[in-house]
Amino acid sequence: MSSPAAVGARKSFADAPWQLWASQLAAVLRIEIRKNLWMRRSIWIYLLAFAPTAMFGIHALTSPMGRNCSIDEDTRILAYVFQIFYLRVGIFFGCMGLFTWLFRGEVVEKSLHYYFLSPMRRELLVAGKFLAGLITASLVFGASVLLCFTFAYSHFGAPGRAFVFNGPGLGHLASYLFVTVLACLGYGSIFLALSLVIKNPILPGIVVLLWETFHAVAPSLLQKLSVTFYLKQLCPVTIPPEGVMALFTVIAEPVSPWLAVPGLVLLSVAIIIAAGFQIRRTEISYLAD
Amino acid sequence: MTTTSNNIVFENVSKFYGEVLGVNRVNLSLPPGVTSLVGPNGSGKTTLMNLVTGLVRPTQGRVSVLGLTPDNPEEFFRHVGYCTQFDSFPKGVTGYEFIYQLLRLRGLPAREAARLTAEAIERVNMADAAHRRVAGYSKGMRQRIRLGQAIAHHPTVLVLDEPLNGLDPMARAESIALFEALGKQGLHVVISSHVLHEVDKISDQVVLMSYGYVVAEGQIHGVRTEVKEHPMQILVRCPNPSLLASRLFSHDHVVEAKLNHDGKGVLVRTKDSEQFYELLNRIVVEENFSLDAVAPNDDDVNSVYQYLIGSGGGTV
Repeated sequence: MSSPAAVGARKSFADAPWQLWASQLAAVLRIEIRKNLWMRRSIWIYLLAFAPTAMFGIHALTSPMGRNCSIDEDTRILAYVFQIFYLRVGIFFGCMGLFTWLFRGEVVEKSLHYYFLSPMRRELLVAGKFLAGLITASLVFGASVLLCFTFAYSHFGAPGRAFVFNGPGLGHLASYLFVTVLACLGYGSIFLALSLVIKNPILPGIVVLLWETFHAVAPSLLQKLSVTFYLKQLCPVTIPPEGVMALFTVIAEPVSPWLAVPGLVLLSVAIIIAAGFQIRRTEISYLAD
Repeated sequence: MTTTSNNIVFENVSKFYGEVLGVNRVNLSLPPGVTSLVGPNGSGKTTLMNLVTGLVRPTQGRVSVLGLTPDNPEEFFRHVGYCTQFDSFPKGVTGYEFIYQLLRLRGLPAREAARLTAEAIERVNMADAAHRRVAGYSKGMRQRIRLGQAIAHHPTVLVLDEPLNGLDPMARAESIALFEALGKQGLHVVISSHVLHEVDKISDQVVLMSYGYVVAEGQIHGVRTEVKEHPMQILVRCPNPSLLASRLFSHDHVVEAKLNHDGKGVLVRTKDSEQFYELLNRIVVEENFSLDAVAPNDDDVNSVYQYLIGSGGGTV
């Protein structure tokens, strides 16, 4: 038999205006995704995201039919580019630019009050803006990774097609795209939460970057508070821990993907919930900003 | 003070920004109709409006609007519309998109949002420019489109922070007529404005503020009557003003009686308006004196503002 508290909780859950919240969430997504994709500030994020694509494109053009290279070598290069550039530079800074601007941009442009004066829970606004940022970042960086992958194997002709469609290629691609989305989720939650408590995200951004880079030397429990801790063990191709690369690639106590994925998702959800509590207390005082 | 769920109620509300005072110990209950917030810059008018709409939270005390608080935003903001004085917009939007998108945030279906958007644009006379980008609007147009956004969802409480700023005389007259009509429909219309003589005409009650304190509130006539240190000015128009002035001089409550500058009336300053009106009635009846018009000369927001705030202030 259920306790009165449990019955009350179930009743308030059922009575909640889910339909209204869903339509409000959809409205926030429409506004924010359009803004994220077309704002002038996004240009450098596009450049950052598609720089490796250009590199792989040039490589494909200059090595027709796999001249002077091999599938193994290109697979390894793609793994390096993904783990070193995408995870630690591209997606990191892209998410920093995108997610910190979700609320800071509204404050700088003095338009946040329009959201606050809508009949919408502020927690829902946080969720909507976060989802919009996640979709935008995943689209941009996912497209970039997809193009890199296509350029990496298309110039090999039949062996390249065989690797992709009959070998491990499609599995690699799915893993890269999945890790890209997870990276956007993890970094995005951190930067969105930081932007709600700290005006200038540059300094905390550097702290996060240092932590994400050097967390491998921290105790194993603390390592689990890092986004890249979960991501690098989900990457499909392992980079040998040699020289300075060991700092980026070594995993002291690996966890299974079945723990790594929920671990990262839980970490992100916890951060977003904290951001939801923070925004409840937020007041509009643009002059102070 | 009566606390009813039909009013905007401040209960011992204080707001501090760090160590800076926003408003202090405010107790108000604003009934439906047009309420003007009057006071110099920094007196706390905008803070009071931000407190009403939940953009800032009180450091102490409680604010409720029709018995609701911003903690229940779905219900609260269905009733409340706020035209702030921030002259800013989301980037890249047209006037139409600005109103439409914010209506969609209310959970309205597309067709209903489009209907309300068109209606609001019509009400603020912006139909011709609605599909142009807001960035290209004049200040007056931006003001009007923000006003349109604030009224688009048919709020029952409309809060307007300096809504006449930047408007040309024609648009000001139209806006004032709109506020007056909304007040007459039973809405709460709370206006702050520096154009005192214009809001004076439509205000059902005023709240005078200075340095974060409410120095007077209520219907303007009542507030004026309470300002004892400044005798009430009454202009009596009559064919024989010199004779009337001589009859009035002998009474204690008449401080001054002088011929009006156009020579067609007497400007009287009295410490007790009730006694003065009784005296005037007596003179008219007993001496068969004819009058053209009798009207208070400083029974308006502007005069009360000058008496209470402009000349160093005081409290009622």
